[in-house]
Amino acid sequence: MSTRVLIVGATSAIAEALARRYAAQGATLFLAARHTERAAAIADDLRVRGAAMVEVGAYDATVPDRAEALVAAAWEALGGLDVALIAHGSLPDQAACAASAALTRRELEVNLISVIDLLTPLASRMQAAGCGTLAVIGSVAGDRGRQSNYVYGTAKGALAIFLQGLAHRLAPAGVRVLTIKPGFVDTPMTAAFPKGPLWASPDRVARDIQRAIARGTHICYTPWFWRWIMLVIRLIPAAIFHRTQL
Amino acid sequence: MAALTPYQSWGRYPRALPAGVRSLRFRDQPLPRVAGSVLPFGNGRSYGDSCLNNGGTLLATRGLDRFLAFDPATGLIRCEAGVLLSEILSLTVGGGWFLPVTPGTRYVTVGGAIANDVHGKNHHLAGTFGHQVIRLELLRSSGERLRCGPTERADLFAATIGGLGLTGLITWAEFRLKRIANPYVQVERTRFDHLDGFFELALGADREHEYTVAWIDCLASGRHLGRGIYLAGNHAAPTCEDAPRPPGRAPSIPFDPPLSLIATPTLRAFNEIFYRKQPRRPTNGVEHFAPFFYPLDGIGQWNRIYGPKGFLQYQSVVPMSAGRDATRAMLACIAGSGQGSFLSVLKVFGDRPAAGLLSFPRPGVTLALDFPYKGRATLRLFETLDTLVAQAGGAIYPAKDAHMSPRLFAAGYPRVDEFRRHLDPAFSSSFWRRVTGAVA
Repeated sequence: MSTRVLIVGATSAIAEALARRYAAQGATLFLAARHTERAAAIADDLRVRGAAMVEVGAYDATVPDRAEALVAAAWEALGGLDVALIAHGSLPDQAACAASAALTRRELEVNLISVIDLLTPLASRMQAAGCGTLAVIGSVAGDRGRQSNYVYGTAKGALAIFLQGLAHRLAPAGVRVLTIKPGFVDTPMTAAFPKGPLWASPDRVARDIQRAIARGTHICYTPWFWRWIMLVIRLIPAAIFHRTQL
Repeated sequence: MAALTPYQSWGRYPRALPAGVRSLRFRDQPLPRVAGSVLPFGNGRSYGDSCLNNGGTLLATRGLDRFLAFDPATGLIRCEAGVLLSEILSLTVGGGWFLPVTPGTRYVTVGGAIANDVHGKNHHLAGTFGHQVIRLELLRSSGERLRCGPTERADLFAATIGGLGLTGLITWAEFRLKRIANPYVQVERTRFDHLDGFFELALGADREHEYTVAWIDCLASGRHLGRGIYLAGNHAAPTCEDAPRPPGRAPSIPFDPPLSLIATPTLRAFNEIFYRKQPRRPTNGVEHFAPFFYPLDGIGQWNRIYGPKGFLQYQSVVPMSAGRDATRAMLACIAGSGQGSFLSVLKVFGDRPAAGLLSFPRPGVTLALDFPYKGRATLRLFETLDTLVAQAGGAIYPAKDAHMSPRLFAAGYPRVDEFRRHLDPAFSSSFWRRVTGAVA
């Protein structure tokens, strides 16, 4: 039977690259996105690339109370789920957030609360089914709070702790939880930047994610070297860290 | 000199610095509102400045890389303009479908293939890429999305085929692939000792073979002038056995050498060996399609071997009546200069009427070579070649040009005034300003 995949935030470059990899293997997919027209363009492409079936659903992370209905729609359309990838998010303007508690709250809602809203019903359904993988795109930014983007880092860091607990809870049921921590990704949005060796393509990141899902790992730094970069960054004593501009 | 950005042309000469780069990712996006002109930029395989917009904005189209539809029963394919030809081949070759026309590299976008109206080794039978296009959508700076094709807004379509990205942004295109039985090509290689040998072979082989092209030793002179190897191929029959394995992962030139690795003695030796390696008698064998169609794709970033100064390509076409003499004169001139390229290419174009107003291919014989950029020496050689091309009533290929004069452009492209009516007012390129004297 073909793999049944739900992707939330399906128009992001990493999500699209992963969807293409599953499509090439003949998967059935449910794409949830705010821009349904763009998700439909991606769905056409995935069908040409070999997907057995692709459905599209509307989902807006800034509108509360939609998560339950979305999960139910995807579950029903695909007849259950083997993989759910949560890929939506926004990159906050840290300076603006520093000046506005309301904006900070909104960013936390999009990057943290909306994800938990989705994970809760997904976890229950997968727990009952006794199988499945919950894969969530976090960030290396969640490994240590830094002056340049700690609101984003807070959301991703809290999410990592939530996922850790969820993984613990779901392990006996045979449900896997994967936290993905990408570094710099060369998406069309960053096309004009000169790329150093730390930059990875969305497809490279997607390959790592697919492999981590297949292997059942819990944490996936992608590319791999970010695990060691972040280890060093976490170990720097605050007295020294505070003198940096990171 | 402008800093190296990822947005250089393949020849890396001339350098140009765009004021900005806007990446397009979805075909429903409007064109970005920017001051100054815009120009679509695909995968940067144009050699000169037709893909550059110095001081203007580039619209990076590689994010538009989706298929809209593909019918494996009929071979009809519709895809976004940023899809690479290599991506189409990966999807369709296994199912028995091949590109109807392909240039010598598969790393060009569909939009680029249309905007430069590229040709391949089957021009004498199939015409150009533009001849294959059934429909496309053009996004104009006015916000209009115009569908055009051979029978729908045919005049705008003819301007867009070979239109160098100046008539608007191609968002998607539809064309038909051709049936193949397997990924192999039956290739006949024949050595010829001088230019007349080429013309004899071309007249015979072009009738029997779908794909024909010749590699020539551009440094040979005297009675060896124009010696080379004639390649003639057809897609292999369904019964083809002893099929070769597809080539493995391509090696790549990993960094920029501080100077050009192309020196005259190495070139001379390479060309001599390349020529001698080929047996006197014609050989016939089965090859995987990749090395046959895309010999240079086998080395990633091969443009780096020319060093930081880059290189120029010179591709001309001259009518058949003057073809033999003009080609002989050009080759003599190049051999005498001691400058030249690893792979010089000679081919006879068919006589199908051009698909686009500014299409380069036309009946006659086409010669293509690349030259390391050596400043004035190179430009002086080009001026001499230009004179020969102009006298023969020929033209230079914009996709590979970085030097031609406005006068030579006007002479080679007599329909340019007709083309001008379809220009999008917001679109321009370094090439266009250079050959027309237009202001940015």
